[in-house]
This record gives sequence, C-alpha cells and structure tokens, in this order.
Amino acid sequence: MGVGVEVQSPAPLGATVLIRPTSGPIPPRLRELWAYRELFLILVWRDIKVRYAQTKLGFAWMVFQPLALLLVYTFAFSHLARVTIPGKIPYPVFALAGLSLWIFTSRAVLTGSESVVQNITIVTKTSAPRILIPIAANVSVIVDFMVSLLLYFVIASSYGYFPTWRLVFVPPLLLAAFTLTLGMSLFLSATYVRYRDVGQALGFMITLWFFISPVAYQLQTPGRSIETIVQAANPLVGLILAFRWALLATPAPHGLLVAALVETILIFVIGVVRFAQAERTLADDA
Amino acid sequence: MPEPVVVSASGLSKCYRIWTHSRPTSLSDRVDHLISAIRHPGRSEASERPRKETIWALHDVSLEVRRGEVLGVIGPNGAGKSTLLSILARITEPTGGSAEVRGRVSSLLEVGTGFHPELSGRDNIFLNGAILGMSRREVEEKYDEIVDFSGVRDFIDMPVKRYSSGMYLRLGFAVAAHLDPEILLLDEVLAVGDRAFQEKCLARIGEIVHAGRAVIFVSHDVASVARLCDRGVVLNSGRVAFDGAIDQAVAAYLASTPLGVDDNAAIEREGTGELRVETISITSAEGPGVVIPDRAAEIRVDFRGSRGIRSEPLRLEVGIHSTQGGMYVLLSTDFDPSRPLDASELGGATVVCHVPDLPLKPGKYTVSATLQRAGGEIVDRVFDKGLFVILPTDYFGSGVLAGENHRAPMLVRHRWDVEPRIEEMVDARVSGAAG
Repeated sequence: MGVGVEVQSPAPLGATVLIRPTSGPIPPRLRELWAYRELFLILVWRDIKVRYAQTKLGFAWMVFQPLALLLVYTFAFSHLARVTIPGKIPYPVFALAGLSLWIFTSRAVLTGSESVVQNITIVTKTSAPRILIPIAANVSVIVDFMVSLLLYFVIASSYGYFPTWRLVFVPPLLLAAFTLTLGMSLFLSATYVRYRDVGQALGFMITLWFFISPVAYQLQTPGRSIETIVQAANPLVGLILAFRWALLATPAPHGLLVAALVETILIFVIGVVRFAQAERTLADDA
Repeated sequence: MPEPVVVSASGLSKCYRIWTHSRPTSLSDRVDHLISAIRHPGRSEASERPRKETIWALHDVSLEVRRGEVLGVIGPNGAGKSTLLSILARITEPTGGSAEVRGRVSSLLEVGTGFHPELSGRDNIFLNGAILGMSRREVEEKYDEIVDFSGVRDFIDMPVKRYSSGMYLRLGFAVAAHLDPEILLLDEVLAVGDRAFQEKCLARIGEIVHAGRAVIFVSHDVASVARLCDRGVVLNSGRVAFDGAIDQAVAAYLASTPLGVDDNAAIEREGTGELRVETISITSAEGPGVVIPDRAAEIRVDFRGSRGIRSEPLRLEVGIHSTQGGMYVLLSTDFDPSRPLDASELGGATVVCHVPDLPLKPGKYTVSATLQRAGGEIVDRVFDKGLFVILPTDYFGSGVLAGENHRAPMLVRHRWDVEPRIEEMVDARVSGAAG
C-alpha cells in the first residue's frame, strides 16, 4: 500500500494466553520474566547510560563522586570531629571501605524506589512485567559499586593495605545488600505510585539511615541494651561491619550479621509480596 | 471455513474503587480526612466527606474476534473502551471474567513509549523495540527500514530531546509499524501527528489488516473507526450495547450520543482544563440539531470555568466531521480576527459561530472543538459532540433533492454554458470547404 513495509503472512497461531484475575503473594507472570530478558538488559543499559554517558564528564563522575565524599568525610570525621579508628587503619581507607557499600545501598534504594514512577508509561501503556523495572534499577547501580570498590583498592594499596583471602566474602555480602535494597525498592516503588509522599520521604530517610549506620565512623561496643537493639534493627550495620571485616580484617560482627541477614530476607519477602499485590493493578493507580 | 477465533472474552468485568469528591493521593489528604472525621463526628455521613465508591468500568463484556477481522470499539467517554483494551493488553487485570488470546499480541497504546529524551534516536529505537516486545535481533534486522520509514536518518545520533514533536512521533510510529503481531491492539494513536502522517499510519494499519491479522481499534474518532473497521462494538456504561456491522454500530452509537458533552468525560478529554467545553449545539431556523445546507446556522459552544482566569488571547477551532470519515469544515477564531477571544471572558459564556450556509451533503455530522493558547497548548478539546443532521433539500434549485445519495461531500452551486471556440470554427469551415 505504498508505505514500503512488508508484512509477512500470518504464522501459525502462537500460544494461548489466559487473562483472568489473580491473587496471592507470588508475583504474577514470574515464568514470563525469562522471555523479557532482553528488555531487562536494555533497561539496565539505559539506566547506566542515561546517568553517565550523556554528561560531559561521563564516567569520570562515577569516580569523582565517591572521591569527593571521601575527602569531605576525612575532613569532617578525622580532622574536625576526630573519630577513633581501630588498630592503625588510616581514616580514608577505613571510611572508603564502608562508603563503597553505602554508595551502593543508598543509590539502589533511591533509584529503585523512584524507578516505577519514572517509567510509569511502561506500566500504563505496555504489558511488560512491571517487576523488571525496580530490578533493573538496582542492577544498574552495581556499576557504581564496582567503580567505588576499585577506587578503594587504589587508595588502600597506596596506604599499603592489600586484599586478602577474605575478599571472597565481598560478592556474597554484595548479594545480601542487593537483596536488601531490592526488597526495599519493591515495597517503596509500588507505594510511590499511589502515594507521592514517598518521593519526599526518600531523601530524608536515606540521610537518617546514613547517620545511624557506621559508614564514616567506628561503632562503639554497645554498653546499653537500647544501643544494641538500634544496631541490630538496622540491617546495614551488620552488613557494613562484615564488609569492612572482609576488606580490612576489623573485628567480625557475628550476632549483628545474623540479625542483618534475617532482616534482609524478611524485608525482601515483604517487598515481593507488596509488589505482587500492587503489580496487578498498578496501572489503575497511576 | 471461518477463520479461527483469536481473542475471546467472556464476562470481563472491571471494578474501580474511586473516591467521591477528591481522592486522597497523599498521606496528608488521608490525615486531613481523618482529622475532619474526628472533629465532626456527626458529619461523618455527610456527603462532603470523601468515600470510596465502586464503579464498574466494564460489566460482563463478552466478545470474539477472528483472524483477519478489524473490530472497532466505540462508545461515549467513560464507556469502558480503554479499560477493555488495557485488560486485553495485560496492562491491568480484570476484576472478574476471563479472556483467551491466541497469538503474538502487540499493543500500541501510545507512540514512543519509554523514549528517553537524553538518548539518541538510534538508542531509542532499540529501547522502544524492546519495550514493545521485539527481540534485539529483530530490531537489528529491521533497523534500516525503521529509520527510512521515520525519515529522520540525518538526526538519528542526536538525543531525541532535540527532535521536533513531529520527528519524535514519526520515529515512535516507525518502530511500532515494524512490529509483526498476530493481534494488534490500537488506541487512538492515529489522533496524533499531521494529516500526511496519519495517512501513513492508516495505510500501514491497512497492510497489517490485509496480511490477515486481527486488529482491535479503540477510538472516539468515529470517522477513523468507520474507515478502518468492518465490525463495530458499541460500549455504553461498561456493557456491550451493540455488536455488528460497522455502519450499524456507528449509527447505534450516534443515535445514543446526547447533544451535550458528557460531564463525566473529564478523564478522557485533552487539555489543561482551566476552561471546559460544557455543551456544543448547532441550531438553525429549523430547530436544534437540524440544518439545511443553504440556510444560516449557529454553532454554540458553552464554556465552564472558574472565575478569575488570567486574561490571555485564546483560539477556538470548531471542526465539522462527517460520521463517514474526515473533517469537512474547519472554523477558527483565527479566520475572523474581528472578535478575538480572551480567557477571562469565557467562563460561563457561550461562544457563537454564525455560518451563513453549510453546503455539505445531507447526512449525520458531529462537531469537535479545540480551545488553544496562542502558543498551541491545548486548554480543552472534545470530539464527536453536537451531533446534527443536514436535511436533504433542493439545493441546486433543479427540482431534485440533493440527498444522502449525493456522491461527493460538498454541494457547490454552479451554472453550465457552452462556448464555441473561434479557431475550431475556422478549422471546421476550412476542412468543410476542402471537402
């Protein structure tokens, strides 16, 4: 018809899809996720590219941001406030070990929670499984983590601190942190669609979280039970202490790590169930 | 042998829980409601307190579509057209009932879904292709065709935020046009772009149809539905009011359309909405909704709007559309600069357009209205309103009624004459003498 596009003759009819109301705590259409793997990869690629490739300095921002934070922390906590550090670990090495995991956690929760609202047209105009959006947002932040971890190795080795066999614990700890941020992202991103307050609360919440987590300071041995409870209730405490143990052989956080892992799994399950329930009619709330 | 059924819906229902008055979209709204409920416990039953109400957007809808069929779904705003499409496209789940869909489905509810302004045209082709369900290999194979179809090859490496809106739409449609679905779900996408672009889109959809695919097309542009589809379903208040041949469906729909603008329609209409078209009516000496081609008529557009709207010049365009397809007449305040419209005077006012005659073929017509700012931003736009009929009349004074069987859309008065041409007469005389 003069538009110059060929349409092939109809292929044999494909599989039958049954559309009906579903319910329950398991996300619908989980089995289809594999079929959407290319969309997933392209969403991850887009998130990374949009964040850095289009800016003038490109990937230099990925290095610059943790570096700038490190300089500020070093000045504030090591010169102005004089935080005590175990052993003889130089403050920049100590701080950067916690900072690389914090950068991942905070950014993953932030971008993951905002992801669905930012991609709302995918929700309201296409049938792509919605759960791909927060997962892709979380995965894209792993690149930021890799860059800040690389920065840690460069700076730590310049101070004479080299990785040991404990490095093998870094991937499982990242996986634990990922499970935690994904669980939080699933819960918050589904809630954000309906209640825009989440957007306001996010930045505030993350700032608070930073101060109750031992990113830039050393956790004092808890004296009172209330402190123990606060530390045990924040899964990031156990994860950061374990992460620092893996990189710098600081004391291992046995009990706190167990608490952190239990909480992580709990948060993940709550997040998945919340998202599964919202996902079915997410487009109606948008 | 009849073609196989590819879409079969049985008893589809969709229920929305909506808030009467304002729906709380933030926690503070909820807190406010809670506080007012505590402060005025006696008023808790009062109507001003928002309550959740159950609205059935779709109620027990059953239909079947066979391969090669083009089904148009029409109905007034809020009838459930888009809800039906959203369920079949698996954008939202039904509340009840079920549907079976056999084959690869592409839903085209928007052009350029997921386009990222910072990414280049090339990147967005791959992104949009993936979002619409194409594999990377498929997009790579069709990449050149897509770029050629879009006509933006020179700008393909430029971020789409620098594209004009026309380029953006063309690129978006180019990707969608290369989907290879067995079942295509279409929603109003044709209402965008310039005329030439719309023609291109329609032609492309025609190709998909001729390749034996099933298409479900939802629109409130009755004209394009009538042109594209062979079967029509009329939805009304979430129920199937008619299912049959497209011209009967269009007639059934128009017959049920009230002359005024449906107030509940706010959801589907376009525009920023400070001023709203309340009713459109067309009247003549013959009465409301009835026009004779060679007599004067008035098109009246009533506006509703809050007081104290800032003064600024506005443009009102009124289109007269045939129910057979196409806009036949465009009336604009731009064409009569003697009475410019100002936003501050329109709320609660009626704008009247006086037409000395309306020489169109007798039949049913609808009116659309678009209220725009000087910069082109749409304040309000409504379609398919103010249904009226043009009655057959002896327009040409020939003693024969120009009726609905007139074969062209316009009536133009004319006079015939025969003039001899001098040179031909000379030639004839010369050849006559020679013979």
